[in-house]
Amino acid sequence: MADILEVHHLYKAFGGVKAVVDVSFNLKDGQLLAMIGPNGAGKSTCFNLINGQLRPDHGDIFIMGKNVNGSKPRDVWNLGVGRTFQITSTFASMSVLENVQMAQLSYYKRTKSLLQKVGRLYVDESMALLKLLGIEDQAERACGVLAYGDLKRVELAVALANKPKLLLMDEPTAGMGPSEAQNLMELTKDIVHTQNIGVLFTEHDMAVVFNHADRIIVLNRGELAAEGTPDEVQANEKVKEIYLGHGEPAGIGKKELIPADSKEA
Amino acid sequence: MKNTKIVRSAIWALLLLLIAGILIFWFSFKPDVFTGNTIKIGEIQTYSKLTVFTFPYRNGWQLALEEINNAGGVNGKKIEVISRDDQGKPGEAVKVAEELFSKDKVVLMFGSFLSNVGLAVTDFAKRNKILYIAAEPLSDAVVWAKGNRYTFRLRPSTYMQAAMLAEGAAKMPAKRWATIAPNYAYGKDAVASFKKILKAKRPDVKFVAEQWPALFKINAGAEIQALADAKPEAVYNVTFASDLAKFVREGKLRGFFKNVSMVSLLTGEPEYLDPLKAEAPEGWLVTGYPWYDIKTPAHSKFVEAYQKKFDDYPRTGSIVGYNAMYTVYHVLKKAGSTDTEKLVEAMEGLSFDSIVGPVTYRKIDHQSTMGAYVGKTALKDGKGVMVAWRYADGKDYLPSDAEVMKLRPQ
Amino acid sequence: MGFYLVQFLTGLSDASALFLVACGLSLIFGVLRIVNLAHGSFYMLGAYIAFSLIAYLPQGAFFFWTGILLAALIVGLVGVILEVFLLRRLYSAPELFILFATFGVVLMVQDLSRWLFGAEDILGQMAPGLEGSIDIMGTLLPQYDIALIVIAPLILVGLWLLLNRTRWGILVRAATEDREMSSALGVNQTWLFTTVFFLGSCLAGLGGAVQLPKGGANLLMDLNMIAAAFVIVVVGGMGSIPGAYLASVIIGQLNSFGVLIFPQSTLFLMFLAMAVVLTIRPHGLFGEIEAEEHAAAQTAGTVLKPASKKVRLLGLILLILIFVLPVFVGQFTLVLMTEIALFALVSMSLYFLMTGGMVTFGHAAFFGGGAYSAALLVHHLQTPMELAIFFAPLAVGLLALIIGWFCVRLSGVYFAILTLAFAQICWSVVFQWAEFTGGDDGLLTIWPSKWASEKIVFYYLTMVLCIGGILLLRFFIFTPFGYTMRACRDSALRVDSIGINLRRHQWLAFAIAGVFAGLAGGVYVFSKGSVFPDEMAIPRSFDFLFMVLLGGVETLFGPVAGSAAYTWLHDKIARFDFWQLAIGCIFIFLVVAFPRGIAGSVHNRFGKFFED
Repeated sequence: MADILEVHHLYKAFGGVKAVVDVSFNLKDGQLLAMIGPNGAGKSTCFNLINGQLRPDHGDIFIMGKNVNGSKPRDVWNLGVGRTFQITSTFASMSVLENVQMAQLSYYKRTKSLLQKVGRLYVDESMALLKLLGIEDQAERACGVLAYGDLKRVELAVALANKPKLLLMDEPTAGMGPSEAQNLMELTKDIVHTQNIGVLFTEHDMAVVFNHADRIIVLNRGELAAEGTPDEVQANEKVKEIYLGHGEPAGIGKKELIPADSKEA
Repeated sequence: MKNTKIVRSAIWALLLLLIAGILIFWFSFKPDVFTGNTIKIGEIQTYSKLTVFTFPYRNGWQLALEEINNAGGVNGKKIEVISRDDQGKPGEAVKVAEELFSKDKVVLMFGSFLSNVGLAVTDFAKRNKILYIAAEPLSDAVVWAKGNRYTFRLRPSTYMQAAMLAEGAAKMPAKRWATIAPNYAYGKDAVASFKKILKAKRPDVKFVAEQWPALFKINAGAEIQALADAKPEAVYNVTFASDLAKFVREGKLRGFFKNVSMVSLLTGEPEYLDPLKAEAPEGWLVTGYPWYDIKTPAHSKFVEAYQKKFDDYPRTGSIVGYNAMYTVYHVLKKAGSTDTEKLVEAMEGLSFDSIVGPVTYRKIDHQSTMGAYVGKTALKDGKGVMVAWRYADGKDYLPSDAEVMKLRPQ
Repeated sequence: MGFYLVQFLTGLSDASALFLVACGLSLIFGVLRIVNLAHGSFYMLGAYIAFSLIAYLPQGAFFFWTGILLAALIVGLVGVILEVFLLRRLYSAPELFILFATFGVVLMVQDLSRWLFGAEDILGQMAPGLEGSIDIMGTLLPQYDIALIVIAPLILVGLWLLLNRTRWGILVRAATEDREMSSALGVNQTWLFTTVFFLGSCLAGLGGAVQLPKGGANLLMDLNMIAAAFVIVVVGGMGSIPGAYLASVIIGQLNSFGVLIFPQSTLFLMFLAMAVVLTIRPHGLFGEIEAEEHAAAQTAGTVLKPASKKVRLLGLILLILIFVLPVFVGQFTLVLMTEIALFALVSMSLYFLMTGGMVTFGHAAFFGGGAYSAALLVHHLQTPMELAIFFAPLAVGLLALIIGWFCVRLSGVYFAILTLAFAQICWSVVFQWAEFTGGDDGLLTIWPSKWASEKIVFYYLTMVLCIGGILLLRFFIFTPFGYTMRACRDSALRVDSIGINLRRHQWLAFAIAGVFAGLAGGVYVFSKGSVFPDEMAIPRSFDFLFMVLLGGVETLFGPVAGSAAYTWLHDKIARFDFWQLAIGCIFIFLVVAFPRGIAGSVHNRFGKFFED
């Protein structure tokens, strides 16, 4: 197993507010790494630094050995990184199939082609992906009218279209029912293990995290608070403290484990 | 649910209103159609904009049309005018001309106010070989640079009116001149002609400043300052309408007019002078139309008939419209035919006595010799008027035949 | 010294009048997120109403200012009526529909004002007590200029207090910064929007009223002002009141000192300044970066599909009809059809851009650019028609590449306004560079070659080129590039995350659209025989937008149906005296009743029938 993602001493501040402070971790292929922490812990910032939407103040990010500091999201994608969003982002005026075809067109560098219709281009590959995710029967429907859970699957199919080595998933199960969420993560885990992909994901739902993550990192106030296997993290006193706080009524602390805030995207 | 109901009923109400509106428009504005034997004439004018200029013009030709038809028409037929709006757009005017010409089968066309619309129709007339009498557009190009066999122009052109003013300006002691004109073709022509003629008559004058405010977007205070900075002894103004009003007011407040003599194009026309009311400038040398003071029998009769029919006094546009309609009458009578080539031959050299004086359409360049009134502005009963005016006959303010030949493509 | 000081103060007083109008516009945009074209009409109404009130009220300073304030309030109420009865129904519709509706209001107010107040220009009353001038180092400055210089900062401070020191203001600011958030927090948006619209309209009315002593009221002031107000709002940053003030001062001074240095280029300067500011600071001087617009919601649920067999058959019948038409109809119908076909091609190219999320307000620059390219070639180089028509699209493609380079860096309303600015720059070059372009006298005698000079031949030539162009654009929409364009519109975020360079594709699309609009322009000039700057002016750009909207943005046949309907409607209605009123009513009616456009509504109703 090789390190496909290495993060070294990452710093990012907005104005005077330190969002990410000296965060380092790595991720090997075939592994699911969960990033957790209370609201405002710096998860989203960290995520956006890795996928190229933000530029770090200091520190380095290597994806498959290549330093991607300051790369744009599209360059990061070209390295073989797929991503899904907390709030799904698909092409609403296209069918499910076309959404995946679109990603294939980009993968095969055909987006500037004006000479032939899209028609059946890459349909077989796209259908294979949809089948893999169990939404092949939705292929002809418009993304704008799809159920939320199916949209999440479409996103995953799109993210897998460039045969990625690394998947970045921001809240992959947000807005899904508990059993649906478990199903999706089960499926993800399956794909990841068979195709040898590394996954970094953030998640509010602790059941999902502890059931499916191979390793977990915990962020608090921008700093790396803990790292380890689910069992290690569960046993970590510091983590308990972060989530439950000092002297705060337990109920409030617990609530924070479940996402209520959609602003952190 | 309730909300959608309201929306729906609102939509229906709107729809009904709309249909009613269209029907009203249809019936109230449908031109009177003569069922009998008529001669169809096309008329193109900007009636949806600039109505302050074009409505008096329409009144003018409608009055003349009524007179002509009441007197039995021409060549035993009544004249029917199909009048259309060009929206002030040359492209639209060409389309309307096309329709008048090919669908309505008019025998000739007259009208238009804006120079560029006039030029567009001029070009159309040339290509389609149809007679066009440009009534109001002032651009010199209509008869000179872009002149052609099928186009004639009635109103005294920019050049002629500038020449009328330059004559008076040459008699002024001022040597340092400045100009202000709207930054488009009319303004540029008016300034160029004035400079050329004044320079010829008075080689000692110097033009020390030029200002070119965008049309109807004058920045009056700043422009006045810029003019004043050049310390001119006299200023030639071409701005008009709302630009003129702002120019006059700012100039007064900034004490600009105290030490300069003003010469101003068209400012004596009621269209431009009347809105200024008590603030109308005094002592400016202008071209215009002192309808209240012209006592020739023909003109008095016209004013009386006009006021009776429209309950309003005539503007410059009114006499242009009136004369345009009579031009149509006289040319049809002279040609005795509706064949375009015969009409064109009849137009060349056509003469008749108009309400302002004799008018001849020159054979050499198709410009009519209709003149304008030149005088000084003054205040009377809290209103701007023209005093010490005289009628400047157009034939005296045109370049020599040799020059005209050079200006006009042969 | 006194001269420059007075020039500066004059610029400052001009800035005040501009600021009053622009800050209202900025406020409305910031909170309601609508581009209110009717704002200039409110400015005009303010002038007319104030004039009438002051004439009616007794003389004296007190009544003068009472009249002005009353006029502002009345205009504010007119604004409320507009908001409650029209705009409120459209908030959920795409931005463009609101634009469409407010332009309908502009047309209606035009004719209503003419009907109510007459066509004659009105010279405003002087302010009692401020009729004189003061001497500044030997140069006179009107007293009222001083009053204006004072009024604008007073309003600025007043607005600042209102927005920062009252509960209402805090809610307004919250809504400006984050609309969804404030609605989630239970703010009564309906009430908030109405009050903001009231205040914004009041300010426009006030702007119109206080400029009375400097000018007056006339029917052209609405459109004259709206362009300037937009420039200021965009330069200052949309939604920013201090930005609007700073931008007003900049534009005011530019106009004031500009006449000294470039007396011939006054039109050009303002738009150039705007283009420069937007190139350096894409969101204006004080503008915030806009949140990602969720354009996707507009098109949810409709997937573009290639034509079914029935639709193809229908298209074939239409084609045959077009080709046999000359046998049955007169020449004028052919002229009208030629115009419709050309406009349909332009609309289609605009639609093509819109599939990429680029709504441009400056498409006339391409259409007019094509017309002028061809006309200039013929005029200066005696190029034959065939070559001129060939080179026109290429020239415009190049122009589009240049303009596009600046514009595609922005999105949404900023993109639209920047395209407008560039179109205005093109227009003012054509208008003011008379030696080369003929200025407003245009270029004449651009007639077709001999073989095409018959109306029928030219009709067929136009049809071949236009239908070919339209079908080609339609084909493009289904190519990978076309898909990418739509992807760019649906989600910029997703496009970026699947490795697509959004700007480069949009840039290319801009050029393609330019080429086709330029082709239409090149043919158009030969159909008319002449070209004039108004083919490049703002109303022309809006004409094309309306054709697309009228047809419906969801169906590929929309632009064609829209341009046919629009041209026909225009031709029929323009025969009436108050046609602007009628067409304004129709616009509004269509927007409210058929938000999906003609083709969209037909599709809704008969869509099933046309499926395979």
